[in-house]
Amino acid sequence: MIHHNMNQLVLTLDPMLGNTLLSHQINLGELTLEIDARHIRGACETLRDQAGFDQLTDLCGVDYSGYGAEDGDPWNGERFAVVYHLISYHHNLRIRLRAQLPESDPSIDSVIEVWPAADWFERETFDLYGIIFHGHPDLRRLLTDYGFIGHPFRKDFPLSGQVEMRYDEEQGRVVYQPVTIEPRILVPRTIRKDVFKRSNNEPGHSAAAEDNA
Amino acid sequence: MAEIRNYTMNFGPQHPAAHGVLRVIMEMDGEVIERCDPHIGLLHRGTEKLAESKPFNQSIGYMDRLDYVSMMCNEHAYVMAIEKMLGITPPIRAQYIRVMFDEITRILNHCMWLGAHGLDIGAMTIFLYCFREREDLMDCYEAVSGARMHATYYRPGGVYRDLPEQMPQYDKTERFTDEETKQRNQERSGSLLDFIDAFTQRFPGYVDEYETLLSDNRIWKQRTVDIGIVTPERAKALGFTGPMLRGSGIEWDLRRKQPYEVYDQLDFDIPVGTNGDSYDRYLVRVEEMRQSNRIIKQCVSWLRSNPGSVMIDDHKLAPPSREHMKGDMESLIHHFKLFTEGYCVPAGETYAAIEHPKGEFGIYLISDGANKPYRIKIRAPGYAHLAALNEMSKGHMLADMVAIIGTQDIVFGEIDR
Repeated sequence: MIHHNMNQLVLTLDPMLGNTLLSHQINLGELTLEIDARHIRGACETLRDQAGFDQLTDLCGVDYSGYGAEDGDPWNGERFAVVYHLISYHHNLRIRLRAQLPESDPSIDSVIEVWPAADWFERETFDLYGIIFHGHPDLRRLLTDYGFIGHPFRKDFPLSGQVEMRYDEEQGRVVYQPVTIEPRILVPRTIRKDVFKRSNNEPGHSAAAEDNA
Repeated sequence: MAEIRNYTMNFGPQHPAAHGVLRVIMEMDGEVIERCDPHIGLLHRGTEKLAESKPFNQSIGYMDRLDYVSMMCNEHAYVMAIEKMLGITPPIRAQYIRVMFDEITRILNHCMWLGAHGLDIGAMTIFLYCFREREDLMDCYEAVSGARMHATYYRPGGVYRDLPEQMPQYDKTERFTDEETKQRNQERSGSLLDFIDAFTQRFPGYVDEYETLLSDNRIWKQRTVDIGIVTPERAKALGFTGPMLRGSGIEWDLRRKQPYEVYDQLDFDIPVGTNGDSYDRYLVRVEEMRQSNRIIKQCVSWLRSNPGSVMIDDHKLAPPSREHMKGDMESLIHHFKLFTEGYCVPAGETYAAIEHPKGEFGIYLISDGANKPYRIKIRAPGYAHLAALNEMSKGHMLADMVAIIGTQDIVFGEIDR
């Protein structure tokens, strides 16, 4: 829909963002800007005021520590990243920003002043990934249980969690105890690169056609 | 003079008007809400984390359980993200079927919303009326997928199977005489498309009934007009999408602005509000039901005259037919590989969004080239809406709280994920 003008968009945005823009990729018709995490707030203000990105669609954290672990290309950036999806209603454009954060100090400036919508998205990212947003007025846990310990969406947090709760007859209340579920993997993670060079939609190229031949 | 101090009040998490498990802590000045702090996460299941541990296709069923009143729309965004990364396009017939079921889902969702919203603020009848129509549409879900709610019908590359030629019929029971059973099965004597077609003929009359009950109803207007006003600028800044944005007067609909599937070939209008209050959002959603009905009609007539495949013909992604699988070695291998390992998706990332009944429902998918997603972020429309509850309810009376929760069309499956 908007594939053709993504290159042009980069040319427009590049001088606005200056050296806060580290690099960019255009993939599947989507533009991703790598932003210097130290200047995220300013970059977002510029994008809102000068480029017309008036809504923050989404904000989320990513933990790249297990990326490509099964024979793929490992991630060659920092462990954590905060990903912003912006939309401009006027230009009918979407872009994605990524700010990478080191494992030693996963913290970044809040953009709540730029888009109020960031409020809960940042709280959620803090809750699930432990990323600190400086300047957020109310950075509390949001989705996890009251008194939860840990950041569950980090790749080193087990899928079945650390604690389970049950009702204890003797104490007459709900108690927490270490999980008793055995971790299990039903389908192992596999990376296969040979199958990507597929061009279906071309008649006669599908696997079924080969079967019949 | 007695001194009145602010006091704190707890609402939910087990309250019929909380639409699930919402807990709100409200600071009250008499009966006026000064501030409120919604506590969510009581239905958090970690869908995104669970999806990281499963092959792509096995998470489609989780998507149904996000917004559990608009099941197929959730699936749609998910399969669209996978299709985008695989670089495949479903057959045109599958696209029409998806659009038709998306719109059926929109009516399902809006009926649920209207019924529950009405019930919350004192209108009982509308609830019964809406659930009558939901029943018919649930039967359509059941006819194509076997399940009334959690369909898992959309698959990357198309839909699970073509529309059935025979609509399932009611069995004879002790409760009904032969004559009555025959009567009940009258509209089910043909195919699913006949049944849906008959529904689209009836439905505008039903919407008229809803409007007769509510649109000029004095109590309804007292409870919704000027309640929870959001200006267009604020709606954008707060991340509102869908009817919440259109109710504030911004004409924005992904089906029109960033069309997916075959929406660019269909004729429909986008209703917008003017005041941005609960009543306008009610009018917008009611009109959306009528427009969805129009879209369904167009899909039905297209689907009647254009038979064809509903799934891409690539057995690396779509399972071979049962018959082939039993008789052909190659198909058996494909079947085995597909159901034990799944398929790998090229490394990269994408964001696919659809116009969900509640707003923009998006899936941000990162793949590292494995048979399971590396990371999925579900962008749920209700999440941004509920985050603005504090702002929308400030200065309103306690009783308006349920009207505002109702107008936001909150479902906790998608908010807590």
